[in-house]
Amino acid sequence: MLGWEFPPFISGGLGTACYGLTKAMSKLGLEVTFVLPKAIPVDNSSTCVKMRTPADINYSKLGEKFDSELKNIKFKTIDSALKPYATAETYRSEIENMIRAKQKRGGVTGISAANDSDTNGHYSGDMYTEVHRYAASAVKLAMQEDFDVIHAHDWMTYPAGLAVAAVTGKPLVVHVHSTEFDRSGENVNQMIYNIERAGMHAADKVIAVSYLTKNIILSRYGVNGDKVEVVYNGIERNGNGLNLGKVEVRKDEKIVLFLGRITMQKGPEYFLGAAKKVLEVMDNVKFVMAGSGDMMRKSIELAAELGIGSKILFTGFLRGDEVQKVYERADLYVMPSVSEPFGIAPLEALNNDVPVLISKQSGVSEVLTHVLKADFWDVDEIANKIVAVLKYPPLQMTLKEHGNFEVRKLRWEDAAEKCKQIYLQLIEQPVGV
Amino acid sequence: MPSVCFYFQVHQPFRLRHYTVFDEDQRYFDTFKNKAICQKVANKCYLPTNRLILDLIKRHEGRFKVAYSITGVLLEQLAEYAPEVMSTFDALARTGCVEFLAETYYHSLSFLYSRNEFKEQIFKHMDTVEKLFGQRPKVFRNTELIYSNDLAAAIEEMGIFDGVITEGADRILGGRSPNFLYKPPKEGKIKLLLKNYALSDDIAFRFSNRDWNEWPLMAEKFSHWVNRVNGNGYVVNLFMDYETFGEHQWEDTGIFNFMRQLPDEIMKHPDNNFKTPSEAIAAYPATDVVNVPELISWADMERDLSAWLGNAMQSNALHELYRMENKVKKTGDKSLLSDWRKLQSSDHFYYMCTKYFSDGDVHKYFNPYDSPYDSYINFMNVMGNLDKRCTKPQHSRQKVMK
Repeated sequence: MLGWEFPPFISGGLGTACYGLTKAMSKLGLEVTFVLPKAIPVDNSSTCVKMRTPADINYSKLGEKFDSELKNIKFKTIDSALKPYATAETYRSEIENMIRAKQKRGGVTGISAANDSDTNGHYSGDMYTEVHRYAASAVKLAMQEDFDVIHAHDWMTYPAGLAVAAVTGKPLVVHVHSTEFDRSGENVNQMIYNIERAGMHAADKVIAVSYLTKNIILSRYGVNGDKVEVVYNGIERNGNGLNLGKVEVRKDEKIVLFLGRITMQKGPEYFLGAAKKVLEVMDNVKFVMAGSGDMMRKSIELAAELGIGSKILFTGFLRGDEVQKVYERADLYVMPSVSEPFGIAPLEALNNDVPVLISKQSGVSEVLTHVLKADFWDVDEIANKIVAVLKYPPLQMTLKEHGNFEVRKLRWEDAAEKCKQIYLQLIEQPVGV
Repeated sequence: MPSVCFYFQVHQPFRLRHYTVFDEDQRYFDTFKNKAICQKVANKCYLPTNRLILDLIKRHEGRFKVAYSITGVLLEQLAEYAPEVMSTFDALARTGCVEFLAETYYHSLSFLYSRNEFKEQIFKHMDTVEKLFGQRPKVFRNTELIYSNDLAAAIEEMGIFDGVITEGADRILGGRSPNFLYKPPKEGKIKLLLKNYALSDDIAFRFSNRDWNEWPLMAEKFSHWVNRVNGNGYVVNLFMDYETFGEHQWEDTGIFNFMRQLPDEIMKHPDNNFKTPSEAIAAYPATDVVNVPELISWADMERDLSAWLGNAMQSNALHELYRMENKVKKTGDKSLLSDWRKLQSSDHFYYMCTKYFSDGDVHKYFNPYDSPYDSYINFMNVMGNLDKRCTKPQHSRQKVMK
């Protein structure tokens, strides 16, 4: 299995998905070799691990830590110099540091914190080189390993997948967690598109995380529909069940949460537009934007422009305990994504007893019914629904009760089982062995 | 000698338009959608079925009889959007073979929340039926056949009804047949007609189901089932939504042909006949008491109230709505009262039902919402506006206008 990120060093859904899926595969008795790029340590490592590069981690150590859960998983890392990429990283961490510093001073960010920067840095030519270096190393590694199927996650690993398939003749599965159209709208990076297209066409099977994504693969990449299977992501139960009592200590202020990368794809401007509308009819509410990304500066500016700066809280990128805490305080999680192939974050919110409002343009809306839905562009409707959740406790309660129950049905075990069936088809063994 | 007693429920609510918390006008109802649905159902069901029933009554020279309960909210819509349906109902009324039943004008759950409102709506409905069809109802059916001992007592107390119609639920009959007449535990003149749900649902739900081992259902076969009651019951009560004909069961399922042949087949047996509810009540004694301490209805498998009161949103919306009663009535504003009452139609709460929602089933029929949550949000927004109207100084404004 070829991946790009793995917990705890993740930037979003991809790492979470790889972790959930491989762990469930391990339970099914599948043996997985997980190949990850390993970065050369960079200074200030605590802030440079968010975006796609699991920098300076010792995966052999990690293997021990997860030993019981991932007993059939072998980790292989590939040395790769990620220094050029670190510049984009550094930029992002800078913004965050500045914001954190501001908050510590007690102020809420209302004005732009960052200087002007090129926002497309992270998919620069260096990344391209990196992808190919990863591919070359993967081939070398593959020669030493014994395996039946190659499973590549997202475009960064497709060249590696293609190369390994060409050398070994093993069947290739590419797993599409997102496409360039989701990430960049119509301003597609041609280089990335080409890699994606080549990977999907050369693959023996394409796994899409939703029908939404399958449609994009068919219409934008011209892939034959018979080759594309939909496997929904899952969610791990935290095991603590319905925690309805946990927010008993009520604060007089409501919290509406945006949690994710602050990028075009995630629709931060629609969140702010809705916030503005909500604040026209309600006062005791704060909007928290947790995450970082290339639209962060713009979002901060927009909040100020709309005159709601004091009601919007930018926290920067959160992890672990911090995420837990923000969920505990939140009354509603909003995901106004413009294009979301799946969207694991709403499942996590539901898992934490936070009701969710998701855009209809998300894969996860195909599997969730006990949630609120709106078109991402329909700011009035998003605001209408936010107000309703904050105003009517029975709505919040019903969403929580049913949502928490529904989310339990989305299991990684089922996703792993589906992948297993696909593998078995590919290596021409009778199904169900 | 089983009699067959047909009663059809005829109802469409005033559906709400998309109404956000930012809306401030008083146009709550989706005129376009309500008109479209009303006309569609009129063309597919009400008109062809009314003509068929009229034809059957004429052909059988008064031996074929049916009963209707038509809600006030549908009568209002028919008058405006499909007046031709009104004239066919009028023609049916004049045959003398059709009985009209009483219910709450707004197809409401008012019995559960306000006895005053409940009675006012019954009287409003009876007045409307009498004005339109020239007969004052003698038999009562509550919304969705919701019933309990208390309901029987409330109806008895009104002193104007001979009988009540409800569901022949297993748990109230305890093995007894629904084909007899019953009475409530409290002494009085009221008799109960209980729906034979097995035979009713054969027509209303299973008729077109190809997985059903009795498919296709023919009039002859169905009549045999009715004949089997002979000697073990007085009356087979076939109660169903009128939309069964042409809407729930489309024309191409053969439902109209089935109905066209049914009277002939039933009356092939010399002991059989058709009776209206009032005739059945007059003809047969109540054989036993049914005790119904808890509320029942004709909905879903559960035959309880969970379709309207199954979650926190539903009970919150209903409580808030009825809490406004005095406030609304004090204003003396007729259009405000009418809007408030239209919000009482049980359908609004049915749309908020989360039971089976994930499976996507029958609750979707004519349901204007994508989800129960959307329905609740919309309803609460409308109610919020209605509430503001109550507190506004309406009177002073009217004076200014004069």
